[in-house]
Amino acid sequence: MNLTGPYFGEFGGRYIPEALIAALDDLSDGWEKLKIDPAFKEELAELNRTYTGRPSIITEVPRFSQHCGGARVILKREDLNHTGSHKINNVLGQALLTRSLGKTRVIAETGAGQHGVATATAAALLGLECTIYMGAADIRRQALNVARMRLLGAEVVSVNQGSNTLKDAINEAFREWVATVDTTNYIFGTAAGPHPFPALVRDLQRIIGDEAREQVLALTGSLPDWVLACVGGGSNAIGMFTAFLDDEDVRLVGLEAGGEGIESGRHAAPISVGDVGILHGAKTYLLQDEDGQTLESHSISAGLDYPGVGPEHAHLSAIGRVEYRPVTDAEAMEAFALLSRTEGIIPAIESAHALAGAMKIGTANPDATILVNLSGRGDKDVETAAAWFGLDGSATREVF
Amino acid sequence: MGAAEKIDAAKAKGGAAFIAYLPAGYPDVQASADAAIAVVESGADIIELGFPYSDPGMDGSLIQAATHEALSKGFKMKDLFGIVEQVAATGAAVEVMTYINPIFRYGFDAFARDFKNAGGAGLITPDLIPDEADPWIEAADRYDLDKIFLVAPSSRPERLKLVADSCRGFVYAASTMGVTGARSSVDNRARELVADTRAHGAERVCVGLGVSTGEQAAEIAEYADGVIVGSALIEALRDDPSLARLRALASDIAAGAHGEG
Repeated sequence: MNLTGPYFGEFGGRYIPEALIAALDDLSDGWEKLKIDPAFKEELAELNRTYTGRPSIITEVPRFSQHCGGARVILKREDLNHTGSHKINNVLGQALLTRSLGKTRVIAETGAGQHGVATATAAALLGLECTIYMGAADIRRQALNVARMRLLGAEVVSVNQGSNTLKDAINEAFREWVATVDTTNYIFGTAAGPHPFPALVRDLQRIIGDEAREQVLALTGSLPDWVLACVGGGSNAIGMFTAFLDDEDVRLVGLEAGGEGIESGRHAAPISVGDVGILHGAKTYLLQDEDGQTLESHSISAGLDYPGVGPEHAHLSAIGRVEYRPVTDAEAMEAFALLSRTEGIIPAIESAHALAGAMKIGTANPDATILVNLSGRGDKDVETAAAWFGLDGSATREVF
Repeated sequence: MGAAEKIDAAKAKGGAAFIAYLPAGYPDVQASADAAIAVVESGADIIELGFPYSDPGMDGSLIQAATHEALSKGFKMKDLFGIVEQVAATGAAVEVMTYINPIFRYGFDAFARDFKNAGGAGLITPDLIPDEADPWIEAADRYDLDKIFLVAPSSRPERLKLVADSCRGFVYAASTMGVTGARSSVDNRARELVADTRAHGAERVCVGLGVSTGEQAAEIAEYADGVIVGSALIEALRDDPSLARLRALASDIAAGAHGEG
């Protein structure tokens, strides 16, 4: 399958102001050259090894498997990366690309804050100035990551527009990029947006699937039956799926945020129930009303709370290669609690959506081997989880 | 009537066209039509009606706030056609400035048909570049509508040519590398950009982003075929619902653009 963009089937493209075309062309040309440059490959590999901590391990989780019908469940541990999620894979590559383009400043958008933290980290490492755009609502629910970004030297801009979440942060970052494009590169956080971002982010995230495929083969002697990942914009999922696209017997499933349930209208599942439209520079599936106005999305996970999805996912769904299913907030939180208690691993709530998918699929397929991308760790979500489960910060019991 | 005729008529009188941007539906549906008509009566040649959109990537805070207000009051696509009809009846050319998803959603052909029936002249599409515009170009050509794409100071020569070749009506030159909003001085790169765009085949080039006074309009009219003003007009409309300030400002800008200042 040749999927280099700008189009993935009918999806993708560049629906973006003319003022940014030169910058996107530079980014595209710069990446095509850089990705085959041996010195760059060596530098990125070295950073992956000595800074991120790659390869990330895989972990088999037998006690959690008991809640998945006994199916064999194996986690790809992107939560163990430096900064706590898969986001660092993409950001280190794009930060090196920024430097090679001769730019000295980066901007980025962030929802849950993981991409913002990763970008601020890479900027600190490479000596780049850094500004992060974040919706005001996300700033409130992800205070820990805001503090981390500021400690790393980044400026954090609170976006009070629209729904005050990720989509509005993206709008604002694009607006700023138009005005500062001479010195500034936009490090996009997910495999969405105008070409070349979907392909660029995919290229940098495919290390997840490449490693996992080899690791699972070494562990079990065969490929997994199912490969699962959560999908917001879709970067961790496309990173995982890419390695398996040609393995016809491997079923690939992306888990979207079903929020309070598809029927409630309060969700973030544009592939499951959205329509084709154009948002943030790409033609893709999105949540919109009859006039093409973007509908507000909802998810308990700030990282999945986005009304669109990367165009390659839209294409993979349209051609039937990847199946996309919604998982509700409640199902994700159940999986969140179960993995924490059975395996001692607190996952990001984003990743808990994929774990909830494993519980359902495993129950229906108890003989299967299921590979799940654990895209991030749950430290940032502890407050959300405590509120969900009614933990008020007091001790379990007191001794006098 | 299309934009080209209006621009040519203004030029025949020794000036440039005055193109006024106002958001449709702000402060409400009828008031936005009234404001546009007042601006035409004050000398505007072309009205650029902004279609309120949830994710306006090119708009500054003033226009965002206005379009957000229009949407929060329930503005719908069907409201647009009524406004277009009223404003077109004044004889002004009515262009709609729209982000492309609402048109994609409505259907390019259906939109072109209904818009033409309402008396509309064409579309200005800030997030649709000619490379992606085939379905719109076909529909616009079928209904004899203007297709107005943008050039920017960052546009490379081959893109200036592509945009110039793809436009009907005029080429919209975004004079600064930024979003909309009144500025104290219009970027000098505008003059250069207009010359470059003409050199790549554009017949008519109009300049937007940042103009707020008759003096600035006169300065741009020296080298461009039209002067586009938005945020300053919206500010006048916002601060004085009686439309008196809007009329006064529009008259001042019209005089500057038309060489009567």
